[in-house]
Amino acid sequence: MMHEALLEIADDCLVLGHRLSEWCGHAPMLEEDLALPNMALDLIGVARGLYARAGELEDAGRGEDDLAYFRGEREFRNCLLVERPNEDFAQTMLRQLYFAAFMEPFWRAASASSDEVVHGIAGKAAKEVAYHIRHTGEWVIRMGDGTVESAARMARAVDALHRYTGELFESSPAARAAEAAGVLPVREEMRGDWDRVIGMIFTEARLVLPEDTHMHSGGRAGLHGEDLGHILAEMQSVARAHPGAVW
Amino acid sequence: MIDLDRAAEIAGAVPDPEIPVVTVADLGILRDVVADGDIAVVRLSPTYSGCPAVLAIELAVEASLRDAGIPARIERVMAPAWTTDWITAGGREKLRAYGIAPPVGGGKAVLFAAAAVACPRCGSKATDRVSEFGSTPCKAHYCCRDCREPFDHFKCI
Ligand SMILES: [Zn+2]
Repeated sequence: MMHEALLEIADDCLVLGHRLSEWCGHAPMLEEDLALPNMALDLIGVARGLYARAGELEDAGRGEDDLAYFRGEREFRNCLLVERPNEDFAQTMLRQLYFAAFMEPFWRAASASSDEVVHGIAGKAAKEVAYHIRHTGEWVIRMGDGTVESAARMARAVDALHRYTGELFESSPAARAAEAAGVLPVREEMRGDWDRVIGMIFTEARLVLPEDTHMHSGGRAGLHGEDLGHILAEMQSVARAHPGAVW
Repeated sequence: MIDLDRAAEIAGAVPDPEIPVVTVADLGILRDVVADGDIAVVRLSPTYSGCPAVLAIELAVEASLRDAGIPARIERVMAPAWTTDWITAGGREKLRAYGIAPPVGGGKAVLFAAAAVACPRCGSKATDRVSEFGSTPCKAHYCCRDCREPFDHFKCI
């Protein structure tokens, strides 16, 4: 059970890291071409640590590569937000901000984890993700309070992505078990911090927070949009074509 | 019997693969060296979760101990998390002389309130952050308004 709760977060980080890496070589400016893969590296680094720990706890002989490359779409437990396509730069930045604003308080709280490995990962990840909030928050403000075109794109991004934010605060049965054991913090408790950071940035960005959005979820139960299948097909193809290959 | 002090000295002297002017000891990533029978267990803190240099540093430390006739094993210590506060005063000065503005003050990344970063070339604090993310995970990209030089800043975490 405990390993499933860690897989959820590892899958979030891997899938979002892969999404960011799709920008490599295509970003609108050189600085962003460095920034996006840098954030991807942070996320994939965290995912590796969590997969390794999940594999240990599962105790079925699966390592980080098995978990990342040899599970199918229905076995992935990431939330729907992270698998949303990059679309334009506005959507990419807002998706990252929504995620980072949740993970920053989450990792801070998880540094009190009763699991020594999670405790170690959390301490580092909290610091890294604080930079992700700053970087993406500045872009959201710049674009939201920018030109007519950039403001329209930011508003469109909010419209497209806000409905996926509710799932961040939902705890699956596996997560609830981990929360009860003191391994992971209670997801719902991140609401105050998330609302504060997003509210502050939206005000600066002159963006309107949608109210009464119908929230989508299902990712924690393995019910994904078709986009995840495309990500996995690309991400897993080399490992599956050469099973057992090592660097 | 392993000479642990000597092992620590050798491990600490290994240069960073990306910023070779600073060593493992300068960066403050060497926790300690303990003996496990005939093997020196070198305990190192990783800098960033996904930084490719972490593995490169570990391999380099193991290799330099092996070259000195000391069989070694690297142990990655996650907690407490490495902070730029652990970079030594000497390490900071080496970074500055190399053209990288060292981290400023404590490790708290306050939302939108960046501490003033002094230009490593002319010392001016009239500098602008060009990008939060530079050529490696540990660096941000800055530009000096006085001498017009672009430079890297070692981020505070
Ligand atoms: Zn200057």
